[in-house]
Formats: sequence, C-alpha cells, structure tokens
Amino acid sequence: MSLKIENLSANIGDRQILKGLNLEVPKGQVHAIMGKNGSGKSTLAKVMAGHPDYEVTGGSVTLDGLNLFEMQEPDQRARAGLFVAFQYPMEIPGVTIANFIRAALQARLPEGEELDAVEYYEHLYKKMDSLKIDRKFTSRAVNEGFSGGEKKRCEVLQMAMLNPVYAVLDETDSGLDIDALRIVSDGVNAMRSPERGFLVITHYQRLLDYIVPDVVHVMVDGRIVMSGDKNLAHKLEAQGYDWVEKEILATA
Amino acid sequence: METKPDLNIDRSVGDFHYDVDYEFDAGTGLTEKTIDYISDVKEDPDWIREFRKEALRKFNSMPMPTHWASHDLENIVFDNIRYYLSQGTQPKRSWDDVPEDVKRTFERLGIPEQERKFLAGVEAQFDSEAAYSNIKAAVGEQGVIFVGSTEGLQKHPEIFKKWFGKVIPTGDNKFSALNSAVFSGGSFIYIPPGVKVKHPLQAYFRINAENFGQFERTLIIADEGSEVMYMEGCTAPKFETSTLHSAVVELVALKGAKIQYITVQNWSANVFNLVTKRGLAHEEAEIKWIDCNIGSRLTMKYPGVIMKGRKARGEVISIALAGDGQHQDTGAKMVHAADETTSNIVSKSISIGKGRSTYRGLVQIGRHLKGCKNNTECDALLINTDSRTDTYPAITVRGKENACQHEASVSKISAEQIFYMQQRGISEGAAMSLAVNGFVNDLVQQFPMEYSVELKRLIDLEMEGSVG
Repeated sequence: MSLKIENLSANIGDRQILKGLNLEVPKGQVHAIMGKNGSGKSTLAKVMAGHPDYEVTGGSVTLDGLNLFEMQEPDQRARAGLFVAFQYPMEIPGVTIANFIRAALQARLPEGEELDAVEYYEHLYKKMDSLKIDRKFTSRAVNEGFSGGEKKRCEVLQMAMLNPVYAVLDETDSGLDIDALRIVSDGVNAMRSPERGFLVITHYQRLLDYIVPDVVHVMVDGRIVMSGDKNLAHKLEAQGYDWVEKEILATA
Repeated sequence: METKPDLNIDRSVGDFHYDVDYEFDAGTGLTEKTIDYISDVKEDPDWIREFRKEALRKFNSMPMPTHWASHDLENIVFDNIRYYLSQGTQPKRSWDDVPEDVKRTFERLGIPEQERKFLAGVEAQFDSEAAYSNIKAAVGEQGVIFVGSTEGLQKHPEIFKKWFGKVIPTGDNKFSALNSAVFSGGSFIYIPPGVKVKHPLQAYFRINAENFGQFERTLIIADEGSEVMYMEGCTAPKFETSTLHSAVVELVALKGAKIQYITVQNWSANVFNLVTKRGLAHEEAEIKWIDCNIGSRLTMKYPGVIMKGRKARGEVISIALAGDGQHQDTGAKMVHAADETTSNIVSKSISIGKGRSTYRGLVQIGRHLKGCKNNTECDALLINTDSRTDTYPAITVRGKENACQHEASVSKISAEQIFYMQQRGISEGAAMSLAVNGFVNDLVQQFPMEYSVELKRLIDLEMEGSVG
C-alpha cells in the first residue's frame, strides 16, 4: 500500500517541468522532498491534485493501486483520499470555514445521507482547539484576510477534518513564525498513523526538525535525484544543493 | 452520452409542458381586434376596453428603449406572439375542480402542497388566466380580498378603479403600455385597516404555451395600519422560440401600512421578462421588494417605491443570477417625495460564463425636502473571466439636509479558487453553488424560511447546469 509515482512527466504550456519522476511513499511513512526553487516541487503537488493548467505527458500516480489519472476531476481524486495543503491557499469570499469543511465532508457521504450538524461542530471545535484556532473563525470566510500563519493552520485544520489517506504538504512552513510552526507540526504529527502517508515538500530543513521524516528525497530539474534518511536534510541545510548537482553530473 | 431522465427533470424544475386545449385563443399578433377579443371574453366594462385601446395606441407610438437598454429587445417579434390563451375566465376555488392537465402542472410544481403547509391564500395562473384562486376562510373573514384582476375589477370596482393605473401610468414605458393593452390575470388584493395577515399570500405564474405572452396585472392595496406579505413564483418550459412575460405590479400602502412583496422567478432561458413594479408609500408606510431573478433570456426590472408621505420607507433587496447567455438588467428606483423618508437598496448580482448583469439605480431626493436618507449597496460576483457586470447608479440628491450613501464592490471566483474547493472533494457545480450561496447569504436570511430553501435549491440547480 503506497502512494506511487512512476516516470511522471508534466508540462505547463510548452515547458516541461516534471521529467520522469519516480517516488514511492509507503502507507505509514513520512517522506520529504527538498529542492531549490523552480525544481518542480509545487508542480508535483498540483499535477497530482489535477490542476487544469498542467498537462500530464507521461507516467502514472497510484493511490494504493488506484490510478489517479483515470479520475478527471480534482474532486474525485480528493474523495479517493488525496489531500494537498497548498503553499498559497486561495481566499474564498463569502464561504465560511464551517460551511466549506461541511460541504467537503458532505461530498464524501452517499447520496441522500446528511451530515449530523451537532456531531460535526463538536468535531470541528475539537480540532480547532488543538490547532489553537479561535472558534470565531468558523464564521469567517475561508482564508479571507488571514495572516500567513492563519492560512497554514486552516489548511491543517481541513486536513484533520477530511482525514485523507495520503497528504501532500506544499511548503507548509513558509510564512510561519516559530510558534506557529510548532502548532502546525504538532497537528501533522498527531495525524501520523500506519493508515496514512505524508509527502512533505519543503525548501528548508527547519520544518523537518519538527516533522521528522522517514525518507528525504532531493529534487533537481523535475526528477528525484537522491534519497536518504533525515541526515540528508541536515547536509543540504549545511552545504546547499551544489554538491548534489555535481555528484549527479559525475555519475551521469 | 448517457441519459439520466430523472436528473434532467430536476435540473430545470419548470421545464416540462402538457398539451392543453384552450377554449379561448386570441390568435397571433396584436391589433384592436385582439383587444376586442380579450375584452369580449373577459366581459370588460367599457372604461376598461377604452383603457386598453388607448394603451395600444401608446404602445404602438413608443419606441423601443434601446438607446439605453439591450438591443436584444429588437428580437421580440410582436406579430408572432399569442396574447390571450385560456380555458375560461373563472378560477376554481377547489383544486378538485381545476382541469386535470392544469392541475398536474401545479402539483408537479408543488403549489397545493405549499398552500397546505404555510400559505394564507394562493392564486395559480396558467397562461392568461388564474386556474385556481382561494384564501383560507379565516383570512377572508377578516375582510381580506384576494382575487384575480378580472374579478377585482368586476366585483370591487370602487376600490379597483381608484388605484388602478395610478402608481404606474400606462405610458410609463413601452412595456407597461403593452401590459395595459392586453393585461389578464394577476392578483387584486385589498387588506382592510388594521388587519395584519399572518401568513403569506402567494401567486404562481405558469407559462405553458409556446410563442405566448403573459401579461398579468397585480394591484395590492394595504389600508391604514395593515400588513401583508405577498410572494410570487414563476416558471415556463424551455421552447426554441421566445416567450414574453410583461407584468405590471402596483402597490399602495396607506398610512402606516406595510407591504412586503417577494419574487422568486425561475424562467427558462427563452423568456423575455420585462416587468414594471412600483409602490406608493403614504405617511409612515413601508414597502419592501425582495426580488430574486434566476433564469430568463433578458430580464429588465427595477422595482420602485415612491415615498409620498412623511416618514415613509422603501426598500429593494435584489438578487440576480445571470447564467451563460443570460442578461439580468435589474435595479431599483427610489423617489423621495416627502420629509424624513428613508430608502435602502441592496443589490447582489452573480454572472457566470457569458452571463451578464447590469445594475441600474435611480434615487431622487428633492431640494425642498429634509431628513431624507438613502443607502445603496451593489455587490457583484463574477464567476470566470467571460462574465460582465455594469453598474449605472443615478443618484440625484438635492437640499442640504438629506443624506445618501453608495457602496459598490466586485468580487471574483476564479478557476484557481474553484480548483482549491475541488481539491477538498467538492464538485465543480457544488463549489460554485457554495460561492454563490455564500455571496447572497446575508440577504437570503431575510426571507421566510420556505423561500430561502427554495432559492438555495434553484441556485444549486442552476450551478449544476452551468458546469460544462
């Protein structure tokens, strides 16, 4: 059981961003992808989610054997168990957090079945409390006027409520101060389970002190070029990415 | 493609029609003979026959208002329209007496059920005439009159004649002139002094025939200190050819009276909906229009209130949803004609795909007046980049002791935002519904519950239908 990416290639317009990417996240593990800006990390997250701007030109992504690309619509993929916490979460004017998450949960129920409102709010408040999100936020429009930290906490709240099988966290640490980073990381760690896999995309090693990965991958120019344990992240932090590129050139 | 007949029925609630044998049919086209035919069938008194003919002359002499309005109006072919179709002029007091083919239409639209549940009275108009009209006995015993316009003019001429055509003169615009020439159906309501009608009165306007024009005429008079809430719903099946709906609605709120008029229309995309609505508010009276425009090809409607007496109050709450290929040209008129009168306009429009929304507002406060206030808010929501929205506020405030406040906003739901919502598992249609419902939510909360549920359902269906 795993999130398996095989030989994935994808374009935006005429430009190829992903160039035959391979990666497998077994259920129960946390994998991190590190890489320079422009290496294609965020593209990977969006391609998996089904963003309409990207064209998949080859390869496959499977969730526990389920072919993601046979599902056209992003919402089908989400309901199949994929969650993406975005680097820049969208503001949705007029739609409150409570209604938004409720609609997302409702969409997962069989037709004709209604979400129990009382249970829902109890559950929502519990998760909000643990993420230190003021309960007043339930009636605020999704991400509208939120600070960077509030947006990221709201992403983690949605993840906690939607209970995905595989979660991709795209630069969830960006824009967070140290306290917010701890809260968000605690939220993610609380969700670590043998029934769930995480792919944590990050630019900095810092996040990985809080969310300790089982495997660290390095992404360069649309491919995973190196994998290792958490110490690889420390090495990247200390020495930068140049040595990785040199090493690839040497072995190429 | 896979066909899902059940789903299709659901998607456009009113899109079905039954073949009906009409006893009376004025044929196509509009001449004096058409008027005579209508007047004969309806046994109009002479003054009405003359009123109609004078209106026809005005209609013929007035140009289309395309110097400011949409040129799509030029696509209405008046010669191809049928101006009167009915199975008789006397509405039934019991659903059991309504002809089967008409009854099943209204049953499918849920009208008898709503009547049992929460209404004080119902009038159900099928093409030109009401097929059913009834009020609860307790309401009738309070002296409330709720009948069709024909019956109103025949049985209550002393009230009818005093107010008919006084709030909206025949020549107010080309379509009020057209309505005045061929009007049929609509409601006549009189609420006696001090009577507060607890439950709403409802009218339902159903177009069934192709190439047809529906021209109902409604007159509501709330006598001193009385209160009434009137609601109307409308549907038509989708035909290839265009259908015309051109109503005139006049409200009169006498001293201290309150009228609330709620419209939830769901016209099919072939309907030209050109309606004139205006109320006259006397001293300390209050008139509130709640207007929800969904569907139609082109809607032009600017409900208005003339605040004639001191401390009168006018309000227009308007929601317009323009789907692909539709144009909602709506707004409000507030004429302050006495001291200390206040008015409030809140307009929310949603444009989707190639849909287009236009807000036109007119607020007038005269120089000699004092203590008048107007508040206008227009908010537009654009869903995807093809949409278009325009705002034309015309505010004329003279005199130093009056206040006016105008706010406008435009927000957008982009493909990126829809994608974000879809990533959470919400379908594209549901995502748009969520955004639209969120946008109009503060207004919908002012509706009676049954209607806010109905509006939400219509928005959901419309959004589902707008997804490619």
